[in-house]
Amino acid sequence: MTATPTSPLWEVFVRPARGTNHVHVGSLHAADATLALQNARDLYTRRNEGVSIWVVPSTAVVASSPDEKDAFFAPAGDKVYRHPTFYSIPDGVEHL
Amino acid sequence: MTGQLLDADTAEYAIRLGDDALILSQRLSEWSARSPEIEEDIALMNIALDLLGQARTLLSYGGSASGRSEDELAYLREERQFTNVQMAELDNGDFATTMVRQLLFSVYQYQLYTALRSSADAELAAIAGKAIKEVTYHVEHSAAWVCRLGDGTELSHQRAQTAVDVVWPFTHELFVDDELAERVAAAGTGPLPSSLRAGWLSTVDRLLGEATLARPEDNWRPGGGRRGLHTQGFGFLLAELQHLHRSHQGAQW
Repeated sequence: MTATPTSPLWEVFVRPARGTNHVHVGSLHAADATLALQNARDLYTRRNEGVSIWVVPSTAVVASSPDEKDAFFAPAGDKVYRHPTFYSIPDGVEHL
Repeated sequence: MTGQLLDADTAEYAIRLGDDALILSQRLSEWSARSPEIEEDIALMNIALDLLGQARTLLSYGGSASGRSEDELAYLREERQFTNVQMAELDNGDFATTMVRQLLFSVYQYQLYTALRSSADAELAAIAGKAIKEVTYHVEHSAAWVCRLGDGTELSHQRAQTAVDVVWPFTHELFVDDELAERVAAAGTGPLPSSLRAGWLSTVDRLLGEATLARPEDNWRPGGGRRGLHTQGFGFLLAELQHLHRSHQGAQW
């Protein structure tokens, strides 16, 4: 069998139930958007996992680089005041 | 359910429809691990498994009149006892042939099950009601591919047109009214096969048009599957289907 050219890659997002968010579940190859949706249905919802599917061309995803990991994420590590639990609630404040 | 014993005509009719689904399912499963892409492999196997599920309920129901289980019907009948249409057993050929055959067959099944949902036989109506959702997707998937192959490159168009030309003659058998079909229709159990062709043709014409494929002339009309006459490749298909069960009787896993 000769090698066939590979179809474009698509990222798949499935919403498991009404009211929840679409969650990235994986990726697949498909010739175009319609077939990508059909393939996603066959690959990722065959056990009743979802009520809605998004497919997005992988080339459309802009990702952060692992090389930038320190600059991107490390500075947040020691800034505990960004968490609401850092602050004590004054006496007498209700509904907070 | 009335609890009455199934009459012989309804039983034979259910086995016919079950045989169509069983044999096409077996053919399709030959694509397992051989499809152009792993995604399509899974899509084809899903369709094959849907058909197998339909075959199981239809054969179980049809066999209940004569005390035969689905396994006995699938594994222990001889070639001439199978009543599937020859279209179901056709060699897969290339991917285009498989997809064109699937489209033409699934549109037929869609027409059939739509009519069967109002069958006087409650069990057949229920089976059809469940299967029609599966078949709707089979039509969608195969139509998507036939459109892309027909309206794709010069080579894919040529191969899709060849596929239509090869499969087309075998579609006529789907719509033949024989004595059993007429009795079943008279009893309100199932539609007269010939009555399904107009709806089938109108959908098929539209889909072939979208795919820029030409509908062939209606000339040669092979048939005989309903009477147990099958094409040369059928024996090999049956050997693969039955050999394990016959070699190890009662084997389970």
